[in-house]
Amino acid sequence: MHRRGVGAGAIAKKKLAEAKYKERGTVLAEDQLAQMSKQLDMFKTNLEEFASKHKQEIRKNPEFRVQFQDMCATIGVDPLKAGKGFWSEMLGVGDFYYELGVQIIEVCLALKHRNGGLITLEELHQQVLKGRGKFAQDVSQDDLIRAIKKLKALGTGFSIIPVGGTYLIQSVPAELNMDHTVVLQLAEKNGYVTVSEIKASLKWETERARQVLEHLLKEGLAWLDLQAPGEAHYWLPALFTDLYSQEVTAEEAREALP
Amino acid sequence: MDRFLWTSGLLEINETLVIQQRGVRIYDGEEKIKFDAGTLLLSTHRLIWRDQKNHVSQFSASVLGLESLRVFFSFLAKVAKIVVHLHPAPPNKEPGPFQSSKNSYVKLSFKEHGQIEFYRRLSEEMTQRRWENMPVSQSLQMNRGPQPGRIRAVGIVGIERKLEEKRKETDKNISEAFEDLSKLMIKAKEMVELSKSIASKIKDKQGDITEDETIRFKSYLLSMGIANPVTRETYGSGTQYHMQLAKQLVGILQVPLEERGGIMSLTEVYCLVNRARGMELLSPEDLVNACKMLDALKLPLRLRVFDSGVMVIELQSHKEEEMLASALETVSEKGSLTSEEFAKLVGMSVLLAKERLLLAEKMGHLCRDDSVEGLRFYPNLFMTQN
Repeated sequence: MHRRGVGAGAIAKKKLAEAKYKERGTVLAEDQLAQMSKQLDMFKTNLEEFASKHKQEIRKNPEFRVQFQDMCATIGVDPLKAGKGFWSEMLGVGDFYYELGVQIIEVCLALKHRNGGLITLEELHQQVLKGRGKFAQDVSQDDLIRAIKKLKALGTGFSIIPVGGTYLIQSVPAELNMDHTVVLQLAEKNGYVTVSEIKASLKWETERARQVLEHLLKEGLAWLDLQAPGEAHYWLPALFTDLYSQEVTAEEAREALP
Repeated sequence: MDRFLWTSGLLEINETLVIQQRGVRIYDGEEKIKFDAGTLLLSTHRLIWRDQKNHVSQFSASVLGLESLRVFFSFLAKVAKIVVHLHPAPPNKEPGPFQSSKNSYVKLSFKEHGQIEFYRRLSEEMTQRRWENMPVSQSLQMNRGPQPGRIRAVGIVGIERKLEEKRKETDKNISEAFEDLSKLMIKAKEMVELSKSIASKIKDKQGDITEDETIRFKSYLLSMGIANPVTRETYGSGTQYHMQLAKQLVGILQVPLEERGGIMSLTEVYCLVNRARGMELLSPEDLVNACKMLDALKLPLRLRVFDSGVMVIELQSHKEEEMLASALETVSEKGSLTSEEFAKLVGMSVLLAKERLLLAEKMGHLCRDDSVEGLRFYPNLFMTQN
């Protein structure tokens, strides 16, 4: 009796079919790989053409860079992933941001003894521009943020903390939790904060406020002012720029690296 | 050449620009004169020559005044020229570059080409005679230049004009750049889609894609900057390139590491390597990927990640645990030390000093005193004394 789908014959047939499908599957993926290789070559040519016309635009125009980065992000491409990627090689975006990374590290290191490793984006921007000299390309705050995001891969403890309308850049692996961050944000207004202010604005108990402030003191991010009128003021050197009347030259910044 | 007059270059209200061409030299008849590098502008009413280097220096002739045109090509001459015959100047003509000349024509030499189009447009304007239908200020029609009172404004006006043109040029460049960028991105997106499809095939049929092909695929992804969706890793997310890089790093870092006591943070390495390279810099990810391969490749350096997340490169010969013994000694000598003090004594970065002290604490050699004044380490007397 012929029963369909059973018996040794049917099993063998099924195996053959599976093998054929598998084979086809492999060929398909291989085909696609070959196709990708071809498309990659074509894309490289297109990119070269684009670069020959607009490379300057990317290097000189911060707004254009933002557009470029946003578009890349939308389609799922990271032009800064690898130094040997097409984007870095042909458009020079890589070198631009990686070098910026080095400059950011140097500035943060040079100023760490003053601000404990916490610096406003504005201050960082100013110092980086100073280090670059007047013939260097224009660097925007957006550029700095992107470079810092990349630096996180180095496990350095770089992090970006939003405060007020701007950002604080942390360059040391000090542990800052939500409580610390929120107090930093509170301090942004005046450059300092007091226990009463924290209690009033955040509705915390004294102990909680004290712990946070002590942690900031310990990490070197805050300075204690016992001579202030009323109660003790906790100043955050990162948040005021008047202190930095002294310029940090590129040389000093480099020397700060052991 | 005596039929031109100085002008501010500003177009009048009903006057529009038709075409302009850079790199034009103007001859007085057959004679070379000093106006050798300029931009020639044609409007509906006038022909204007403007010095490329000094934009304030510009003069014009009313197109009305053009008698005839001729294009002059010569096999001997390398540059094509247009010969322009002009009507004689009216007696009350405003001052121009030349008070008198024996020539009734000028030659325009197009060093950067563009003469064909320019000639075409100029002929068109002369035929259409748009100046008749679009009256402009009396001064233009009378072939008079700027009034004496306005002469002082010429300089500023010239500068403003230059800025405006620069802005327009920049805008044009940017919009063209954006257009080209969008087209490029569409193509890039196709690549991303293709790679996703390949990746899903790889995931489904493990083992049907050869090792070689997987490596090829990874390098394609790296070139495009596409994140690697395939989690099956043989060498970490590294590729041939990263292997090479790892080997290079050994060469670059051997001496600096020895100088720094055998250990460096990845940040320091990043700065050192990129400063040395100058160009074709490494991305942070490149560095990390290369370092991850150090152990696998049995190279004399290794990557180490501390509990805090700090990443360092060590010489294989460096034994951090052995360093702890000397750290304990140093701390005992001084009674107690903070990371900063220890760093200064030993000649290390504060970051690494802290890591060493923390490790010593973890091993039970040191005790911490955590206060507002900072983190201070003491020898752990609980261990050594009963």
